[in-house]
Amino acid sequence: MADEGVKTTLLDELEKGPWPSFVKEIKKASETSPVCDDLLGQLELSYEEKKGHWKHGGIVGVMGYGGGVIGRYSDVPEKFPNVAHFHTLRVNHPAGWFYTSDALRTLCNIWERHGSGLTNMHGSTGDIIFLGTKTDELEPTFADLTKAGFDLGGSGSVMRTPSCCVGQARCEWACYDTMKLCYELTQTYQDELHRPAFPYKYKFKCAGCPNDCVASIARSDCSIIGTWKDDIQQDDAAVAEYAALGLDIQKDVCDNCPTKCMAWDGKKLTIDNHECVRCMHCINVMPKALRPGKERGATILIGAKAPIIQGALLSSVLIPFVPADELLETLKELTGRIWEFWSEYGKNRERVGELIQRVGMANFLDAIGLEPTPEMVAAPRDNPYIFFQKEDGKPKDGDGQ
Amino acid sequence: MTTTPAPAKRITDIGPPHYEKFLHPLIKKNYGQWKYHESVASGVLRHVAESGDEIYSVRAGSPRLLSTATIRLFADLAEKYCGGYLRFTSRNNVEFLLDDRAKIEPLKKELLALGFPVGGTNNAISNIVHTQGWVHCHSSATDASGIVKSVMDALHDRFTHEDLPAKLRIALACCLNMCGAVHCSDIAILGVHRMPPQISKETLPKVCEIPTLIASCPTGAIRSATYDGKPSVEVTEEQCMFCANCYTVCPAMPLNDPENDGISIWVGGKVSNARSAPKFSKLAIPFIPNNPPRWPEVVDAVVNIVNVYAKHARKYQRMGEWIERIGWPRFFELTGIPFTRYHIDDFRYAGTTYARSTHIRF
Repeated sequence: MADEGVKTTLLDELEKGPWPSFVKEIKKASETSPVCDDLLGQLELSYEEKKGHWKHGGIVGVMGYGGGVIGRYSDVPEKFPNVAHFHTLRVNHPAGWFYTSDALRTLCNIWERHGSGLTNMHGSTGDIIFLGTKTDELEPTFADLTKAGFDLGGSGSVMRTPSCCVGQARCEWACYDTMKLCYELTQTYQDELHRPAFPYKYKFKCAGCPNDCVASIARSDCSIIGTWKDDIQQDDAAVAEYAALGLDIQKDVCDNCPTKCMAWDGKKLTIDNHECVRCMHCINVMPKALRPGKERGATILIGAKAPIIQGALLSSVLIPFVPADELLETLKELTGRIWEFWSEYGKNRERVGELIQRVGMANFLDAIGLEPTPEMVAAPRDNPYIFFQKEDGKPKDGDGQ
Repeated sequence: MTTTPAPAKRITDIGPPHYEKFLHPLIKKNYGQWKYHESVASGVLRHVAESGDEIYSVRAGSPRLLSTATIRLFADLAEKYCGGYLRFTSRNNVEFLLDDRAKIEPLKKELLALGFPVGGTNNAISNIVHTQGWVHCHSSATDASGIVKSVMDALHDRFTHEDLPAKLRIALACCLNMCGAVHCSDIAILGVHRMPPQISKETLPKVCEIPTLIASCPTGAIRSATYDGKPSVEVTEEQCMFCANCYTVCPAMPLNDPENDGISIWVGGKVSNARSAPKFSKLAIPFIPNNPPRWPEVVDAVVNIVNVYAKHARKYQRMGEWIERIGWPRFFELTGIPFTRYHIDDFRYAGTTYARSTHIRF
């Protein structure tokens, strides 16, 4: 028991209060796993000293893979020998984070047998995180996982574990089958997921609609965001019902429309669909009355990342619309070309978004064979320093033949 | 030559299990055929399919760091109430998928009794997406779980009630690496360093590649040098912006410093395209010292921003949309947060954030 061996005066403060406590979780795990006592001890020390006590990196893994395990060593192993090694395994989650109770128990059995019994459900990229085990246990954990049908996720300079929103499994707004696409991308690129061959990480995130519940536009090198081309599906009776129930259609819906493409005369809502930018606001407010159109697909965007190294970027439009049933093939073809260019020209630890900033979007488009379109920019350039290309100029008199 | 015998039948590259075998039969039946959804109560959603079938999702908050004992508890609850079918959300909540409306209240009661609040839907504050902190990271400038716990304790009622003007998403990253990618959140809590790397001159030549190290610095502040006849580096300290990228590539460049590490707070980001375009979070508070175990100054700062937003924003306005309407000077005035030199950007695209008009509210 934790309270027999370890004194956790500071951490105990975090057992108080209404929100579920991670300290209680570590203590629960310590009832069956003695390593958690040492984790509590080291964490208490961090709380006393206001600094972390994990050493930098350490390359460990399972045979044949270059990712999926994060090596972690204590910098005070003499005090806390049970967490001298405390490696993390990233386990590729099922698309949409769906489980059965049996599947969860299988994962628990494996992790109680081989590790601390502590997890994250889930890690930032989406993986199931098994938190803390020794080097010797990595291969046996992996063997048990694969026997149960699970595999490791990505880490380091690989394609990271793709993730997606709940999509068509439980959302009427999903404009394509996000879970299917996510699963198929993951399976297509198993080699790229497990064996680092890129300048840096590459993330896919599949969001079913512009609400972007998986933050793909902020967090993925390749963001696939569902949208539609035809008119919003409109049920006038249901609109009237919302109005009767007290929704102020003018103020709450029309006035918040970014392109002001909607008009409400007190009885009938009229949408100028030609002006609609598919922002989702009106649909979010009246899900019973308005739905995305029927001609569905996705916008493909490129380049999002957090600040390290050259500053944070949001993804920007690469292909405005790809029909839902062509998404996988289009992405495979496009990704091949992007990876080829990035692998050739990307600097060490340069994300694809940073490469585009460095070489220019136009050169990037040339390299991957896409034509420029106005949907790709918020506005055309406002500076006149144009790199006119040689072949566009006329040879001077006497210059050539 | 000696070879280790390969283990028999090693399975690799199988990828994750196919999601279909984890889907509730009702979800499988109505896959892609959902018609609409509505909120039944805070934390409870009702999705209705074209077929007329209904599925209820009951969402509960979790600390994300879960013991297998708690995962087993969730499995037991799922079996008791919904045939064993459950999922987790992109913000680390757990969701039970029920086909029987009558079971919602008993499940909620049991979750609450076990200490798992039900909520996080629509215009509530959902769970805080966060990183590992001192529990498991080598580069953190602060803890993650402890601050999240303290902030969510204070915002508990905002999780269980849907009474904000719009959704409000909080995220925490314990250093600038941002595993939590907090840079587009309504409120971002971000661990920061404030001291340049302390070069371990003895170990550096043994553990680091110097050209890679020099190239890692976004401002070119690292230059080669010799120390005791051995290759090393020196840092132009005025050029250091404490990003710790050098430490990521070279363990001999630690920036951790208990008295100088701490928390910064950023506001007004979003990822959704609803109404306005996705946007980055902007700096509100440059530095608050680490104060474990409960970081009261950080909690107060976040609660203050939430309360001012809740009072002043119009219906449907996210934090960033509200601030764009009232203007940044008024945001600082209403929240009482001092504006300092640190709020003015001086990195790559700094000029785009200067006020380039005379549109000023007096």
